[in-house]
Amino acid sequence: MRFKKMALGIAAAAMLGGGLLSGATPSNAEDQIYIPLLTYRTGPFAGSGTPIANGLHDYLTMLNERDGGIGGVKLAIEECETGYNAQKGVECYEGTKGKGAVVYNPYSTGITLQLIPKAPVDKIPILSMGYGLSATAVGSKFPWTFNAPATYWSQMSAIIKYIDSQDGGIKGKKIGFIYLDVGYGREPIPLLEELSKEMGFEVLLVPVGGKEMQNQSSHWLQVRKEKPDYMIMWGWGAMNPTAVKEAAKIRYPMDKFIGVWWSGGNVDLRPAGEDGKGYKSTNFHSTGTNYGAIQDIIKHVVDKGLSQVDKASVGDNYYNRGVMNAVLIAEAIRTAQEKTGVKAITGVEMRVGLENLNLTSERLAEIGLEGFTNPIKVTCDDHAGAHPIYIQQWDGKGWNKVSDWFTPMTERVRPKLVAAAEEWVKDKPDWETQTCE
Amino acid sequence: MLYREAGQFKTTYRADQAVFPIRQDFIGIIAILAVLFVVVPLTFNDFWLKSIMIPTLIFALAAIGLNLLTGYAGQLSLGTGGFMGVGAYACYKLATIFPDVNILIHIFLSGFFAAGVGFIFGLPSLRIKGFYLAVATLASQFFLEWAFGRIAWLYNYNDSGAIEVPTRTLFGVPITSATAAPVTQYLIVLAIVVLLTWVASNLVRGRFGRAWMAVRDMDIAAELIGIRLLPTKLMAFAISSYYAGVAGALMVFMWLGAAEVESFDINVSFQLLFMVIIGGLGSLLGCFLGAAFIWNLPIFLRAVPEMFGTHVNAATVEHIQFMIVGGLIVFFLIVEPNGLARMWAVAKEKLRRWPFPY
Repeated sequence: MRFKKMALGIAAAAMLGGGLLSGATPSNAEDQIYIPLLTYRTGPFAGSGTPIANGLHDYLTMLNERDGGIGGVKLAIEECETGYNAQKGVECYEGTKGKGAVVYNPYSTGITLQLIPKAPVDKIPILSMGYGLSATAVGSKFPWTFNAPATYWSQMSAIIKYIDSQDGGIKGKKIGFIYLDVGYGREPIPLLEELSKEMGFEVLLVPVGGKEMQNQSSHWLQVRKEKPDYMIMWGWGAMNPTAVKEAAKIRYPMDKFIGVWWSGGNVDLRPAGEDGKGYKSTNFHSTGTNYGAIQDIIKHVVDKGLSQVDKASVGDNYYNRGVMNAVLIAEAIRTAQEKTGVKAITGVEMRVGLENLNLTSERLAEIGLEGFTNPIKVTCDDHAGAHPIYIQQWDGKGWNKVSDWFTPMTERVRPKLVAAAEEWVKDKPDWETQTCE
Repeated sequence: MLYREAGQFKTTYRADQAVFPIRQDFIGIIAILAVLFVVVPLTFNDFWLKSIMIPTLIFALAAIGLNLLTGYAGQLSLGTGGFMGVGAYACYKLATIFPDVNILIHIFLSGFFAAGVGFIFGLPSLRIKGFYLAVATLASQFFLEWAFGRIAWLYNYNDSGAIEVPTRTLFGVPITSATAAPVTQYLIVLAIVVLLTWVASNLVRGRFGRAWMAVRDMDIAAELIGIRLLPTKLMAFAISSYYAGVAGALMVFMWLGAAEVESFDINVSFQLLFMVIIGGLGSLLGCFLGAAFIWNLPIFLRAVPEMFGTHVNAATVEHIQFMIVGGLIVFFLIVEPNGLARMWAVAKEKLRRWPFPY
């Protein structure tokens, strides 16, 4: 009987007390900038999500520890666990937006799609760095969404351009595209299909469902049968290491297997090790720890035990991806403070900061990241920019840069982006747009 | 003392068969509705409405659908998530094909599409029973997931493969998409859920409900007393799917604002089954209790560390929460296998004798 009473008590507490506590603590302190981080360290995508979460968290914490925040204002950083699940992501968003969030980094194309319509209503910008809806690059149609340094479409065009520059061009070749069958993986398909018509190559689509991520033998059997000349991968989480291992098993030539920049983590290739030698992926920043800012992270955050990262993993590709994202946030905040004169900025000022973001090579040197990435500039009209990227290759232990920085096929991609953005806005008569210049 | 039915005499059959035969229950439900319709919209913030109240109501509606089928008619189903998806995609297609028709009409209509699909997948239920039927409904779940992901017409050939909710208004006030105020959406969801719950409560007390229960308890006996099994079971599938379909449409249009296949995957079906089992099979109240419990427990657990002012990192909370929720489900099933609704009934029984129990 005592158990029953206890159970009754638990049930009542859970049902009645639920959000009373979680929702009722908005801290609109004037002297801080609140940055919620939608991260995931659990579930099948934790392998990719954890290092990114660490990088994001550690760089921002380092700014707090070393400089006391940005422009004298402390950063309040809070992680919310999404598990790469769109519903949980929205719950995180609803739970944190009231605390004065300045920007959201959903780290999931699915969550980004949910948040795009909410951003102009709540006046909080979204920074989906190199992912999300490609069309949001058109700033005049999507004032509140940013996807610098490049969209998925730019990136796909870059990969095609790279293949075209290799032995004898792409014409007449067969290109296999293996992708995670969710919004993220499907995003580049329209561009790939259009380019295949324009440039005369054949496309083989190999979708991998979320539940089959770790069992891809049938997919690679298909690849073995169809013998595509190149394989392009849009994978994430547990899909990446599995794909590399399966490719090695059917002896697919690794140097003809090219991943998106979300399929190029050290964690993805380590399980395959030597077998993954030759695998390529795109990138837009460097790996390693030979940068002043990353040394500062080690000194001020990792060594003080303020991070969850294992020290050996600092400088891994995805860790640096998180750092890169945090740099964009921090620089946008700084720009916003300069442009608007407000110190403890809100989402409205943050949007100004993101739209005027200009990360020059001088500025990169100043913050201790000289050569870490190519200069990045965002404009009112172009929220992604056609920034150059490069190809890296796995040598069994780490990544090596094997191509120069080169620009995607901007002239082909941009008109398609504009058309897609117009198509998106078309049936939404009250959608907030803006005029640039 | 207060909760005592002594002195309430029923002089007609009508009065005896009322939804709430005890006057205190009637007053209680009026009070609860008053709180839900008046106090909640006035006092709750957006987080409460959007992340707790609206999802709880929507899941409760879907759970009612499943409970009609599993709890009342005894047909185990693992396809509720898929049927919710049918409602959502149907509503999306209707809303884009007929943009001028009011969205509320679409929401109610979309349930019929789900009912149709449920009817088709219910056909094998005459021949296969129990676990085998569960496997057949599982097949429907997988088929529907496949259809939502592969048939591009369903999501209007969107590049992302997701359905996005257009802004629609009611009396000039936006009620869907991000421009709608959470309060408006909450009130609409609440009104629809209350209406459909009232319909369900009449269904289960009437001819259909009695036929379902007869089939559930012993289908051969039911057949012998003149209940035709196939129409009865198919009706249960159709009505159950109608509820699930409306819940799915509400989920996308009044809560999420956009959805992918993942919003209707097998996990949703399992979650609903948990809600029905924990809440209480064959009880409408149980659907609400179960939905509130399963949906809000994780949110509650996540808030606990903050309550005590300690900071635990998000991932650890998530892991702990998985363990606690799992543990609690097992605990509840051991302590009260008949669900929360049964606990409530026991509590009411005690309340009648309070303060002088014997």
